[in-house]
Amino acid sequence: MDNRPSPRPSPEGEGEHPLIEVRDLARYFDVSPPLLNRMIERTPRQILKAVDGVSFSIARGETLSLVGESGCGKSTVARVICGLYEPTRGSVLFDGRDLASIRDRGEMLRVRRRFQMIFQDPYASLNPRWRVERIVAEPMRSHGLARSKREMRERVKKLLADVGLSPSDAEKYPHEFSGGQRQRISIARALSSNPEFLVLDEPTSALDVSVQAQILNLMKDLQREHGLTFLFISHNLAVVSHISTRVGVMYLGRIAEIAPTRVLFERPLHPYTRMLESAIPDISMSGKARTPVAGEVPNPLDPPSGCTFHPRCPFARDKCRIEPPPLLPHEGASVACHGIHEGWVPIQVHRGALATS
Amino acid sequence: MVGESGAGKSMTGNAIIGLLEPPGRIAGGEILLEGRRIDNLPAEAMRKLRGRRIGAIFQDPLTSLNPLFRIGDQLVETIRTHLPLDAAAARSRAIELLRDVGISAPERRIDHYPHQFSGGMRQRVVIALALCAEPKLVIADEPTTALDVSIQAQIIALLKRLTREHGTAVMLVTHDMGVIAETADRVAVMYAGRLAEIGPVQRVIHDPQHPYTAGLMGSIPAVGSELERLPQIEGSMPRLDAIPMGCAFNPRCPRAFDRCRVERPPLLQANGTLAACWLHAPERKAALAGPDWSEGAVHG
Repeated sequence: MDNRPSPRPSPEGEGEHPLIEVRDLARYFDVSPPLLNRMIERTPRQILKAVDGVSFSIARGETLSLVGESGCGKSTVARVICGLYEPTRGSVLFDGRDLASIRDRGEMLRVRRRFQMIFQDPYASLNPRWRVERIVAEPMRSHGLARSKREMRERVKKLLADVGLSPSDAEKYPHEFSGGQRQRISIARALSSNPEFLVLDEPTSALDVSVQAQILNLMKDLQREHGLTFLFISHNLAVVSHISTRVGVMYLGRIAEIAPTRVLFERPLHPYTRMLESAIPDISMSGKARTPVAGEVPNPLDPPSGCTFHPRCPFARDKCRIEPPPLLPHEGASVACHGIHEGWVPIQVHRGALATS
Repeated sequence: MVGESGAGKSMTGNAIIGLLEPPGRIAGGEILLEGRRIDNLPAEAMRKLRGRRIGAIFQDPLTSLNPLFRIGDQLVETIRTHLPLDAAAARSRAIELLRDVGISAPERRIDHYPHQFSGGMRQRVVIALALCAEPKLVIADEPTTALDVSIQAQIIALLKRLTREHGTAVMLVTHDMGVIAETADRVAVMYAGRLAEIGPVQRVIHDPQHPYTAGLMGSIPAVGSELERLPQIEGSMPRLDAIPMGCAFNPRCPRAFDRCRVERPPLLQANGTLAACWLHAPERKAALAGPDWSEGAVHG
């Protein structure tokens, strides 16, 4: 990294708590057909367990990424943390306080000001009828952060400059901007309430690679300058390896493996992590053997028993079909795999994967 | 064909299959299939050519499948439109094709509707549909973009195997350089409606000759790279109604010089590829060196 002092050292020192802590979080969705259909067709209620018992924490200044394929629950975790969904079970602690325990609306607003979310679609997330100035100023207005119109205007201009736009862009409407520029506007808006924590849900998935590089660089710069903490949601492992401090791999609503980025890519433990890594198209064309993995993500409405990955896992044994594996620490990582815990899944280390430092 | 949105790669593919949306039209040039000009064919002749000689696979498999018909009916109809087979023979060919694209129990699955298949399986059905009349050319426009990474790898492997077995040429249109690297023999990089560079995929990826290609390659994050920042191309692609004079890339190019701002470069021989860049003009060859911000662009 660089040799600047790390942002916002926590006053508590040794006993400091993480900025975000998620404990046994679950979110279920009732996707049953209407009652009458259920009675006529004699079908039971259908519960989609989008997130089913996820725990992790994020330290200040850190970027934790959650990766996984569609339907693994990564976006649901992001939305629960931001308060867009109520958790079915478990809790989210922000700066040591359980968000569910805050009853007072004023206090909730004060806490909410400290985190913001950036969405995937830069077209859907900006109001087309508002000028950029109003869009960017909205969080300041709703949290009462500017004393005067003039102060607000000045701050919007500064924010636009911070994200690489021109202060004169404040007068324009969203349709006058390209996808990458719109994502910059979303970032300026998110930063306008001076947050400490940003949840980024696939922020570059809708962008072209050259624009993606600009946005990823911008986010790293802003993180350093503002001492921000990121939760980064993505399906793109290459992007994740570039931006994250730690990575959590999700599969069907649970965490399969969570580890520091370098460890995860040099020595992936969970067979699913290995499968995802071998599925990344190899741009260097080094001729590395690639085995496309058979099978698809099962229907989350009817997940397999035991370890939900067992039908696709080349190492699965009887125990995997019966008993869900717990997430346990293993040499610098945490992994939910009986085979790793009991030592019958061979561990491969990719030398050279991250050896060039 | 690789390039960013708006570079004209899909438009090129659509022009070849004769599916340009008005007001789009072929304003110049010609298209030859096996040496025969096809861009001036009457609509009816073009319709026969599509499917029979040129197959198409699009990003969203649902745009190629009619939700109201069983996939078997759609396959049989396409097969019988192009090949002289009776209904029973067409059906057994459809089953064979489905098995070929990796659909298990095809005898049963053939009577299912598109919504009963997952995204990856639907794309397999579309591939079967594109290949059912043994076309000479398949145009695959972002065939894996809507799919998860693990499914994407399966579809790429399938496409490679089938087109090799059938001897079909593929024009793969994508924005994903990783997919190109794994699949293609040659790659054309498009920028603002023109070819910036075209050549063998190994050469273009490992030793790009156009500064845009170099920038594009550099901006792709790679697992294992320790770069703190990604090399980035400043600015964005010009709007197509405001393409700059000279080389369209010149305002963003770190190596632009006077000639680039006034005169549009043709494709020039450049170290094993063709690049539309004045750096490769014979009289400039002496000054040729790798673009300074391409370091770290290629790993391995």
